[in-house]
Amino acid sequence: MEFNKLSSLVSLFTEPGTQLEHYLFISGILFTLGLINCLLRNNAVGILIGIELILNSAILNFMAFWHFLPQGSDASPSGPLAAIFIIVLVACESAVALAMLLNLNFKSGTIEVDRANKMKN
Amino acid sequence: MNYITDDLNLNLVLSIFFLPACTLLILAFFKQYLFRRGDVLATIIMGFCLFFACQLLLNLLDTKSWTLVNQSFNWIKNTNLQGGILVDRLTCIMLVIITLVSFLVHLFSTKYMSGDIRYNRYFCYLLLFTTSMVGLVLANNLLFLFIFWELVGICSYLLIGHWYEKTSAYKAAIKAFIVTKIGDLGMIISLLICWQAVGSLQFVDIFTALQSDVLSGTTRTIFGLGLFFAALGKSAQFPLHVWLPDAMEGPTPVSALIHAATMVAAGVYLLARLFLVFDNETLLYVAYVGVITAIFAACLATVQTDIKRVLAYSTISQLGLMFLGIGVGVYSASIFHLGTHAFFKAGLFLGAGALIYGAQHEQSILKFGGLRRKMPKIAVCYLLCTLALVGFPLFSGFWSKEAILTGVLNFSSNGRLEDNSNFLVLASFATVFLTAFYMFRQFFLTFTGTPRDQEIYENAKDANWQMFVPLVVLSVLALVAGGVIDSSWFRNFYPQISLEQQIQSLTGIALELDNLVYTQGLLQAESSQQLVTVWSIALVFGGIIASSIFFYFNYGSNLNRFSAIFIYFDKLAKTVPNLLASGVNCFAKLITVFDNLILDKIITQGTTSFLNFGGSKLSLIQSGNVRNYFLFSIIGIIVLTILLTN
Repeated sequence: MEFNKLSSLVSLFTEPGTQLEHYLFISGILFTLGLINCLLRNNAVGILIGIELILNSAILNFMAFWHFLPQGSDASPSGPLAAIFIIVLVACESAVALAMLLNLNFKSGTIEVDRANKMKN
Repeated sequence: MNYITDDLNLNLVLSIFFLPACTLLILAFFKQYLFRRGDVLATIIMGFCLFFACQLLLNLLDTKSWTLVNQSFNWIKNTNLQGGILVDRLTCIMLVIITLVSFLVHLFSTKYMSGDIRYNRYFCYLLLFTTSMVGLVLANNLLFLFIFWELVGICSYLLIGHWYEKTSAYKAAIKAFIVTKIGDLGMIISLLICWQAVGSLQFVDIFTALQSDVLSGTTRTIFGLGLFFAALGKSAQFPLHVWLPDAMEGPTPVSALIHAATMVAAGVYLLARLFLVFDNETLLYVAYVGVITAIFAACLATVQTDIKRVLAYSTISQLGLMFLGIGVGVYSASIFHLGTHAFFKAGLFLGAGALIYGAQHEQSILKFGGLRRKMPKIAVCYLLCTLALVGFPLFSGFWSKEAILTGVLNFSSNGRLEDNSNFLVLASFATVFLTAFYMFRQFFLTFTGTPRDQEIYENAKDANWQMFVPLVVLSVLALVAGGVIDSSWFRNFYPQISLEQQIQSLTGIALELDNLVYTQGLLQAESSQQLVTVWSIALVFGGIIASSIFFYFNYGSNLNRFSAIFIYFDKLAKTVPNLLASGVNCFAKLITVFDNLILDKIITQGTTSFLNFGGSKLSLIQSGNVRNYFLFSIIGIIVLTILLTN
């Protein structure tokens, strides 16, 4: 069982041509990196970048699934549409987040999230 | 043509109800713009209402029918809850009594209450009371009757506690309210039973249900007893009589209006209105409670020293006689007595009010004496009303009391009761004697003899016109109401067919109920009339002579010892409500223990301490660290995903 899983993972890279699994693999790596970044970074801007990575992985997923649709990618531009929506969402989100960070900086003179822990209990 | 007449009558009825209501609003909201705070306006409006009520009565006499207006409307859609107006002879009598006494009391109050700090509010309450009382007698279903029944109770509470700065006044107000509430419990039970059994609260439907045996057996008995209990509380009958003597803390005109003429008569009205509902056993209870109250309150009245408390006990006693009349089946005689009693008792209370006003608010009859020389006008009116109350021949009280006593004698000679039948007769005749005794005791002590308190005597003033006019009107009515009204109007109330007529005009069915047949049997035997007349005249004279020996010729040094017996009586009588109260108290303590131990300690405090503990532990999660929050949300998402995919 374990061996089968490992062998299929190996065959993913040995077989010729790009498969859906390749994209998902990259997307998974991006997501994990973003998540770890979010959890471990102390710098608020760093956390923001981590969130961008997570969302980018989502965009990649959308595009990959759309590209490998059974009836072909010409049927409807649903994948790129979703991607554009997410990009707009990300833009809004970073605008709001940056404004908050700017305020945080004005208030406490730092953007290190560990030192912004006044709202507890 | 017929249609127009009906419409006119309906308009009259509605204006009797809505005129005081609208005046009340005007008085309440525009008092600063009104002349003398609106008392003149209120009095004039009540005068109009009196005129309308008399007009209604004349219209009813013209039509020679029993019912004048009977209109229902749907109160709440898709239910059997209906409102409605019923105007028949009973209602008309009550309307005239209410509007007349209310008008005279308004007039009287313009003088008596002048300079009071809550002058405007007092008139508002009077108007509210009048409106509610009119609504009570107009209602053609139990629900409306109950609503107005409670409203008059509230007005009574508000007016007894008018001078609430006095501790005794507000305590008396609360007492009156609570005691009558206990009685109203019976009313609610009756309402529920009626709704369950009949499916409607209209009087018509109740009578129809009686006819078709829908309402019978135990249900009917409990229904009747509940109503009877409500009437006990409202009409201050034993053992719920305790509130009425204390209610004398209110202004004296209020005592005349509410606690003598109208509100306390509402119980009698209720019993008369739904007379057919009561089966023979319930009627027997009514008779016994009535006669016990009558004689016992009369005994207590002989030892009271407060002029108003004498009248209060006298009212309880007379209401007891009315209950007795209903209990023995002569309900028309009871209503007749209700009417005459309203006139002379309101007259007595207003007379007492004028007296108290003229004597610097002194109420103890032991400090009066010889006042007839200072207050001749009041003395004459007071004497006339007193004679009417004791049933002096040819005064109104004589006719009405005689009617009830005849009914009692017929009842007991009818043989329906084997053992105690003589008790009713003896007790009611003893009440006649005692009534004469205590009323003339009061009269002699107040108006004759030598002044006992020189200061009061010197400063005593006679009534001025606002007080004198109501007194004269009521005294004249007390003199003639029995003779004139009785022959032409109340006699129509007597005949046995009247009860059937009443029901027939409502339901269109001829009724054959046991208590109806029973009443007819009573009324056919009128042979005892002469016996009653002779005896009651003899007893009245006996009472007057007895009290004149003690209090006019002052042979009464031993009298105080003799009277002391009655004070024990009073204490004994108070033990019954006290026992009742202590029983309730024990029950309440039991519930308190349950409340403290289980509800408070375990349920309430347990819940709060559990929540406090849990909250303090859970708040540790809230570290203030953003990355922790992020981790928690991710864990949450993972858990959700696992849960949803499974």
